[in-house]
Amino acid sequence: MPQAESHIIVKDLTMAYGDFVVMRDLSFSINRGDVFIIMGGSGCGKSTMMTILIGLKSPAKGQVFYDEVDFWGADQETKDRIIRRAGVMYQSGALWSSMTLAENVALPLETYTDLNPSQIREVVKLKLALVGLAGFEEFYPSEISGGMQKRAGIARAMAMDPEVLFFDEPSAGLDPVSSRRLDELILQLSESLRTTMVVVTHELASIFNIGNNSVFLDASLRTMTATGDPKKLLGETKDPTLRLFLTRGEKSQP
Amino acid sequence: MSTPGELLLEQPSEATLKVILSGRWKLQKNLPNADEVVRKLDGTPTVGDVGIDALGVDDWDSGLLVFLVDLRKYCLEKKIRLKSRGLPQGVSSLLELATAVPEKKDARKAEGRVTFLTNIGDQTLDFFRSCGDLLEFVGEATVAFSKLLRGKAQYRRSDLWLILESCSGQALPIVTLISFLVGMILAFIGGIQLQMFGAQIYLANLVGIAMVRLMAAIMTGIVMAGRTGGAFAAQLGTMQVNQEIDALKTLGISPMEYLVLPRMLALAMMMPFLALYANVMGVLGGALVAMSMPGINATQYYKQTVAALSLWDLGIGLFSSIVFGVIVALSGCMRGIQCGRSASAVGDAATSAVVTAIVGIIVATAIITIITNMLGV
Repeated sequence: MPQAESHIIVKDLTMAYGDFVVMRDLSFSINRGDVFIIMGGSGCGKSTMMTILIGLKSPAKGQVFYDEVDFWGADQETKDRIIRRAGVMYQSGALWSSMTLAENVALPLETYTDLNPSQIREVVKLKLALVGLAGFEEFYPSEISGGMQKRAGIARAMAMDPEVLFFDEPSAGLDPVSSRRLDELILQLSESLRTTMVVVTHELASIFNIGNNSVFLDASLRTMTATGDPKKLLGETKDPTLRLFLTRGEKSQP
Repeated sequence: MSTPGELLLEQPSEATLKVILSGRWKLQKNLPNADEVVRKLDGTPTVGDVGIDALGVDDWDSGLLVFLVDLRKYCLEKKIRLKSRGLPQGVSSLLELATAVPEKKDARKAEGRVTFLTNIGDQTLDFFRSCGDLLEFVGEATVAFSKLLRGKAQYRRSDLWLILESCSGQALPIVTLISFLVGMILAFIGGIQLQMFGAQIYLANLVGIAMVRLMAAIMTGIVMAGRTGGAFAAQLGTMQVNQEIDALKTLGISPMEYLVLPRMLALAMMMPFLALYANVMGVLGGALVAMSMPGINATQYYKQTVAALSLWDLGIGLFSSIVFGVIVALSGCMRGIQCGRSASAVGDAATSAVVTAIVGIIVATAIITIITNMLGV
């Protein structure tokens, strides 16, 4: 069996807002091609963790390595290069409301590649088709549903063929069927593209459906208490907080 | 390092075309596209089978997918069989994914050119629609105001105090600057003409009457339209985007009473005070210029100003300022509440609020001037 290759490594990380420490001593590894879940209760710092991984907020302490390059210790040029290899889908989609879906997806391609307009059009069409939005190129975000906005957000995140895709609460605000479809889309993209997926979520159905690796952030202890395949964690963990989380607080059957 | 993506076409028989792909098929400017294959197929209609050989592809991304999707679409249209071998792992499933949901043809928006006449027609209809909206809004505001007079309006007193503060003390610096400068400008322009007749003392009449009767109220109104009216539109527009106004409506709270009324009241209450202050500043600005002219001192200027002004002038100025306050508040709130649900719509609402308020102020000034002339005051 081939040895899994580490893509992102988080080492001794502490997250804080001013003097207030959100989480400390976080160390885990995300392998290339993983669907990695950052899980934990509401307010535990999952989204903060993601903002540190994507370079929007610096950690109070510790390191984040992308392919063995220390992201927060690197110069700005290296940081920009690393971040350009990542795509992010935000919780609300965060599509630019004054642009059509096609323009939203095209912007990173226009900014960072020398592709001609017809090539960009083709790529945009492909990305929107991959998320099931073929034909919606000329629509504005306000003219499509919440689920479609999320899918358009994924298309934009994939515009540059990133090596790692981040998803912040992808199922938030979606009905169970749309949520399931979005999970399937994430899985299909992960299997086809072999892109590393990092998903911030507390939706158990999503965690077990798509995740093959995870970290659990415990809000009460302000640190991580487990890392690994969530399905295995459910069977093996003795940590009562994690068990409570993974079983939705339901008492085990006698 | 592998070579850039290459495309080779072979035709082993009349009915078969072989498409051989090799190298690095990653997005780049000169990557071959499906048009080359399409041109070949158009030129040889005998071809019924296309075989893709991708064994030589070293690396790939969306560049390869775009090529394959386009070729597949063309082959489907022309009923040409398409076979492939050696496609990299994941490409086939991504091709399936890209075509899993068929393109929604009726979703595409009509892209017809709008003719000049259509444009004029649309603009005219928009104008009448906005006039209707304006009347409806003014009507609702009047109803809300009548409820306030009966003590039945729902609004938070604390909001009213906050808005009062923001459109009174906080507006003083800009009102000071603008009215002082307007007073000086009036004095400069008038002074040059009056000096030719040795009548520079009447500068006090010119500046005093112009400022107190009209200019102070107009300038304060325009400053407040830009400063406060725009802010009202942006606040309410953002509330519209965040569905906060919908939340008020679903709770049975009238946005007109809860949001518009305190803003309208605050501006209507504060505008006379601001206009009064602007009067003083404008007269002081005029005095500064006048005193630099020969034969005028501060006492003379003061006495001449007091003699020139009547209570009617002051009353008309203050009445105008109240009207302008209501116009600025209504324009800001109306554009905010009419705001769309996007970030750019908030910007448009703020701009539109300022333009509407300034147009409203000018129209109201004209009406007030005509009426006062007719009444002989």
